[in-house]
Amino acid sequence: MIHFVVHEEGDSVGTVVVEGVKSGASLNGWIMEQDQVVEMRTASDIPIGHKIALKPLAVGDTVFKYGVDIGKVVAPIAAGEHLHVQNVKTKRW
Amino acid sequence: MITQDTTFLGYRRENGRVGVRNHVIVLPVDDISNAAAEAVANNIKGTMALPHPYGRLQFGADLELHFRTLIGTGSNPNVAAVVVIGIEPQWTQLIVDGIAKTGKPVQGFAIEGHGDHDTIMRASKAARELVQWASEKQRETCAIGELWVSTKCGESDTTSGCGANPTVGNAFDKLYDLGATLLFGETSELTGGEHLVAARCTTPDVKEKFMTTFNKYQDMINRYKTSDLSDSQPTKGNIAGGLTTIEEKALGNIQKIGKRCQVHGVLDKAEAPTGPGLWFMDSSSAAAEMVTLCAAAGYAVHFFPTGQGNVIGNPIVPVIKICANPKTVRTMAEHIDVDTSGLLQREINMDGAGDKLLECMLRTANGRMTAAEALGHREFVLTRLYESA
Repeated sequence: MIHFVVHEEGDSVGTVVVEGVKSGASLNGWIMEQDQVVEMRTASDIPIGHKIALKPLAVGDTVFKYGVDIGKVVAPIAAGEHLHVQNVKTKRW
Repeated sequence: MITQDTTFLGYRRENGRVGVRNHVIVLPVDDISNAAAEAVANNIKGTMALPHPYGRLQFGADLELHFRTLIGTGSNPNVAAVVVIGIEPQWTQLIVDGIAKTGKPVQGFAIEGHGDHDTIMRASKAARELVQWASEKQRETCAIGELWVSTKCGESDTTSGCGANPTVGNAFDKLYDLGATLLFGETSELTGGEHLVAARCTTPDVKEKFMTTFNKYQDMINRYKTSDLSDSQPTKGNIAGGLTTIEEKALGNIQKIGKRCQVHGVLDKAEAPTGPGLWFMDSSSAAAEMVTLCAAAGYAVHFFPTGQGNVIGNPIVPVIKICANPKTVRTMAEHIDVDTSGLLQREINMDGAGDKLLECMLRTANGRMTAAEALGHREFVLTRLYESA
């Protein structure tokens, strides 16, 4: 069972693709580009379609998805934590 | 797995272009002529009217776009023949002359001085001859590189960026390598990824034209915005679905152009490309508007990846729906042509998903009705630039 997908190696985030992911759960992740599997433990509940941080991130860090800058960290994020509008913002507007 | 030797069965038109459908359309120039057009299509089985709400008192670039879209729709290689109906003869003739450049049969009828009934009678006689002529057209073997394929995504969520959109990108890369003519657009939703698109432009001229087109839109946002747009773009729906920033949304969007496709040129709305390769069209992100523009530019097949389930089609172009969201595939099954939800469970990989889409494309080109065609979705939506005079 794949619980989250990562677009490519080096991305800061994975996307949860199943429902019911709770804090403390052990998840199977699939890095699509390199076709590899990884494991990760969650540090918060994460809804389907939402992102999980793959490594700890500090305020001011850049978030990478698709190998590209998709925003900046505005609150510290632990590895395995839910990553979304509460801790990441756009750099554009 | 498609190669240089892959072929499909298409209709070769008078100007050498190949279509995958054989429509005979009754095209109103203006909203006044919709009733007559629909009456003709009702009289003559096998013809299809394309009613729409515009065509009067438009001016300038907005009027040019209107004409270009109607002429382009009639000129599309999926169309065998056209009957044009307008309220007055001059704009009607303008549309007829534009379509006639393709060499296909086209006739025009004006209502003024005749009335609906006489117009319907004359146009029906013409439509009957045209549809019987068209019905004898046969498909012939054509090279895969002769297909023109456009793409637009809609009702996106995070499964679009991880699943459905990269599937299109994988298919586009393979088509690009075989010399096909491709298109993408949705100017507004490249924000955050425009540098990536710019880097894919083949020449500095193309890059400059692209950035000018893109920046015009940014200028408009900066002129009218009242916040950082975190309520509007991404939308609340996108955010509920897991998209966090406009950059992330744009990056999901841009997956549709794959990794190898280079952008050969920038097109205005409904403007036709002048050679093979991937083309960017300045265009709306509203689904039916954009697909209507793609059809008017001459594209024969459309790839439409969706997350939450977009249902639109187009009267003359088969719209193929691709979806990687297992819930949508289950609850809206009648609308989906290519189910790639297995991608997110590693049941298939990206190459497999791209090949699955290409297989559907070939079957569609050879005649298989898409879900949207079977369901009668024929959204024909004209883009307006500003108000009428």
